[in-house]
Amino acid sequence: MKRRTLLTFAGAAGGLGLAACTTGAPRAIGTPGSARVLVVGGGFGGATAAKYLRLLSQYRIEVVLVEPEAAFVSCPLSNLVLGGATTLADLTRPYERLGTRHGVRVVRDSVARIDVAQRSAQLASGATIRYDKLVLSPGVEMMWDEIAGLRATQQQGRILQAWQAGPETAALRRQLEAMPDGGVFAICIPEAPYRCPPGPYERASVVADYFKRAKPRAKLLILDANDDVTSKGALFKQVWAESYKGIVEYRPQHKASAVNAAANTPKSTVSFEVQDDVRADVLNVLPPMRAGAIAVQTGLANANARWCQVAWLNFESTAAKHVHVIGDAIQIAPLMPKSGHMANSHAKVVAAALVAELNGWEIDPAPMLSNTCYSFVDERRTVHIASVHAYVAVEQTYRTVPGAGGLSAAPNALEAGHAWNWAQSIWSDMLA
Amino acid sequence: MSIGLALAPARARGVRIARLARSAAGLGAALIAAASAFAQDVQGLRLRSLAATCAACHGTDGRAAEGAALPGLAALPAPYLVAQMQAFKSGARAGTVMPQLAKGYSDAQIAQLAAWFAQTPSTGAAR
Repeated sequence: MKRRTLLTFAGAAGGLGLAACTTGAPRAIGTPGSARVLVVGGGFGGATAAKYLRLLSQYRIEVVLVEPEAAFVSCPLSNLVLGGATTLADLTRPYERLGTRHGVRVVRDSVARIDVAQRSAQLASGATIRYDKLVLSPGVEMMWDEIAGLRATQQQGRILQAWQAGPETAALRRQLEAMPDGGVFAICIPEAPYRCPPGPYERASVVADYFKRAKPRAKLLILDANDDVTSKGALFKQVWAESYKGIVEYRPQHKASAVNAAANTPKSTVSFEVQDDVRADVLNVLPPMRAGAIAVQTGLANANARWCQVAWLNFESTAAKHVHVIGDAIQIAPLMPKSGHMANSHAKVVAAALVAELNGWEIDPAPMLSNTCYSFVDERRTVHIASVHAYVAVEQTYRTVPGAGGLSAAPNALEAGHAWNWAQSIWSDMLA
Repeated sequence: MSIGLALAPARARGVRIARLARSAAGLGAALIAAASAFAQDVQGLRLRSLAATCAACHGTDGRAAEGAALPGLAALPAPYLVAQMQAFKSGARAGTVMPQLAKGYSDAQIAQLAAWFAQTPSTGAAR
């Protein structure tokens, strides 16, 4: 009932939005029928943007968040589900407070189509929402067809990605539990850039920790399309050599081209462009990724037809006016990771820029971004990477601040506690 | 508890009162901006946005998240915050991520952050 009311409201108020946009001038906020920002996607980027648009505008901008899932499930920490140290329930948080505490109109739906000329979005349910500004935080889409056979085997539940935390994460855990001691688990990593650079290596580490305890004769192959470990390389390699000798084997320059999960055998095979085939009891294949489907479909993926180029002061798409793209979907600046924390940082910059613009103020000419990322190497220890990114006007991009940022000196238990506290804090910063 | 839309007018009045108080005080520009942590003007927006780069770990507006052990920053004395950030920056204070992150902020930014957090109440409704 509540949802119906919301959509009716959105449809009715949408007409006002159109009338105002046609004047061409941004409306002052704080007036009746104030500016409306539509946020698409309730992940680290979108949820943070929705909350901060309300906060920074002193609750004067109307914010509608469209998200198909009932609750947020965190990708960060979800590798621990595969290792058995936690459950998806521990990584799930409600969207409710965005509405009750911050007055965001949360609509459980997905966007089927965006009309950038009319500034409107059509929902899968059929309703249309007009906007003054659109913030698109669509995450990534898996490019299944880049690896022959992957789309079908994934749909059959045979070869999983589990790169969007949720049911596949639990399903991959079940595959690992069912794998015999002495079996082989292989993870295939696509060429960078992809979501969460250290994520595959963290996954390998925490699964190896599980094998060490539960299936000591098991093998874990990391088959990496890249020339070397793409993030925290020295730290991960140290852990694999010291803690998982005889279990983990790292093979670079393995770009997967095809998979085969034959019906008459529990084993799956992955083929590569150059190297020999590999057979495994459990295969976890991450295909190349690109901006979420709605961004591609709207014509915003103008960097190699994969990622969305944006103007860095306000994250406005270079392909469409009044459309601001944040999070993993964008074409990154140098050394900018595709991470949840970075999406949270993008969201705050875009929120402030839109509040400034809608007030008729100059947009902050020197925005800052921060990022901290923890990776578990077993149930008890983590390593971090941290960075600070400042906008450099002459280059019109972000650069990491010279001398700042860095890594853990070594895997340690203290920072495992920090990782859990980071998660509680950032989930709260975006949702509570 | 339902806040947000319903409280917005009351908040707007608070901002106007804060502005009057500020002009009466006749302080320097940076201090004026910091004197009303949630000031709805361009400088207030920029300072709050700069402070938001700390929020993912230290809580929105520097108010520690429920159930998280990371310290809040709101309402801490500005000299204390400056001293800690400078100690992280110089290496005098050891740490994990903070010595690395502190080096990303200029002395002027650290002073702005410290003044902003010092003026922000540690509790209260989300604003």
